[in-house]
Amino acid sequence: MTETTHHEDVSGANKIKLVLAWSFVGIPLLWGVFNTLAKAALLFQ
Amino acid sequence: MASLAQADSRGLFSWLDRSHTVAKPGFSRWLVPPAALCVHLCIGQVYAFSVFNLPMTRLIGITESAPDDWKLTQLGWIFSIAIVFLGLAAAFTGTWLDRVGPRKAMFAAALCFGGGFLISAFGVHTHQLWIVYLGYGVLGGCGLGLGYISPVKTLITWFPDRPGMATGMAIMGFGGGAMIASPLSVWLMSQFSSPTNVGVTGTFITLGLVYMFFMMMGSVIVRVPPKGWAPEGYVAPTESKKLITTAHVHVDEALKTPQFYLLWGVLCLNVTAGIGVLSQASAMSQEMFPGRISVLAASGFVGLLSLFNMLGRFFWASASDFIGRRNTYMIFFALGMALYAIVPWTGAVGSIVLFVTFYCIIMTMYGGGFATIPAYLKDVFGTRYVGAIHGRLLTAWSAAGVFGPVLVNYIREYQINNGVPKAEAYSVTMYIMASLLLVGFILNWMMRPVDERHHMDPKDVDA
Repeated sequence: MTETTHHEDVSGANKIKLVLAWSFVGIPLLWGVFNTLAKAALLFQ
Repeated sequence: MASLAQADSRGLFSWLDRSHTVAKPGFSRWLVPPAALCVHLCIGQVYAFSVFNLPMTRLIGITESAPDDWKLTQLGWIFSIAIVFLGLAAAFTGTWLDRVGPRKAMFAAALCFGGGFLISAFGVHTHQLWIVYLGYGVLGGCGLGLGYISPVKTLITWFPDRPGMATGMAIMGFGGGAMIASPLSVWLMSQFSSPTNVGVTGTFITLGLVYMFFMMMGSVIVRVPPKGWAPEGYVAPTESKKLITTAHVHVDEALKTPQFYLLWGVLCLNVTAGIGVLSQASAMSQEMFPGRISVLAASGFVGLLSLFNMLGRFFWASASDFIGRRNTYMIFFALGMALYAIVPWTGAVGSIVLFVTFYCIIMTMYGGGFATIPAYLKDVFGTRYVGAIHGRLLTAWSAAGVFGPVLVNYIREYQINNGVPKAEAYSVTMYIMASLLLVGFILNWMMRPVDERHHMDPKDVDA
């Protein structure tokens, strides 16, 4: 198999896409983690 | 064998084809993990399905169960059917997924999982349990299986330099999905409930549509790398070393190797131990520390275990890129054995902090086992059929889903019936779990590279 290096463009539009995509999954996940930690705090009260 | 081109469709759905998902120059591979997370965060909801159990026992009686209301034992089957169909779908559609590519597979998973909720909403509305079994159990379960394995091979091909970390990120989402679904479902039910309705139908419809949309977004974002692509600076190894092969094994041939069954046993035993504890975590914490851990605090403990289960998926799978998959599982089994054996002592000395700490570490290794197995399979069988082989291996999860809880429940019951105090009833279970991990340690220790006679002919690999 021939190897061809693929250069990634990490500037401009690509950066915005990355931020949007990670926010799309990151925000709900952080909300879930926050809720879990708030409930778990009861264990040590 | 059908070629990749033959799997392409025509017309309206042609954008789902593998050929339309090939990344153009400039595409960042870091967009693929969020695409995978879009699916895994949704299907991880299955771990939170129990939040619907009690409300669904009051669909007619509303404030309390009426004689015609569904029983908890009947409702427990919804989850079990879904997990069985997860395993079946993963096992039987793996080869198809490899052929059609991740976008079509993720799209199909979205339709099945979201559609399963919508059909179940109809079942709840008309109070026909068999429709819920068919909707969430069968169709939703197929969505779980399709969605679970579809992004795995894609991530491994995008991250040949860090396959453990990449698959760990996606499978971490499956662990985290319940942490979102649980509070979201409770909130939605409170919004849809009224004096004549517990709010389950509205919640199912909303979740079905939201999950369908979220998972479809993942299928839109996902891309496969162009043929021959490699990350900048990465040089693919030309020679196999230890357990990492440069060859490829066909999925049907993999089933003829002892390595497949050793890994099946490794996954099954690691999951059996963890799932047994997870299923009883709330009751166990209250019974081992009577009067000191309340019902509410116990639910906090379960939440904390879910969090560490999720973190372990990313941590251990990423660590396996550096220390090796076999060594990672050696740690799971050796450390797991020690921790399971020592947990009864924490109850005896009354240390909640140590009890919680030990179980949190155990949970990281339970999650880590799931997340590290795709990269382990890639090392042993190559990348060509890793998705399909992973699908077949997930039957170990279905089996463990039955063994684990049954083992913990029946041993506890037997102990209590024989006069053992509730606080000490889990000790024997923990020692049995430790022995299971010893067997897992031996199976993992027996892992050797696949014999060359099982390798694919290089000219068939790209077919």
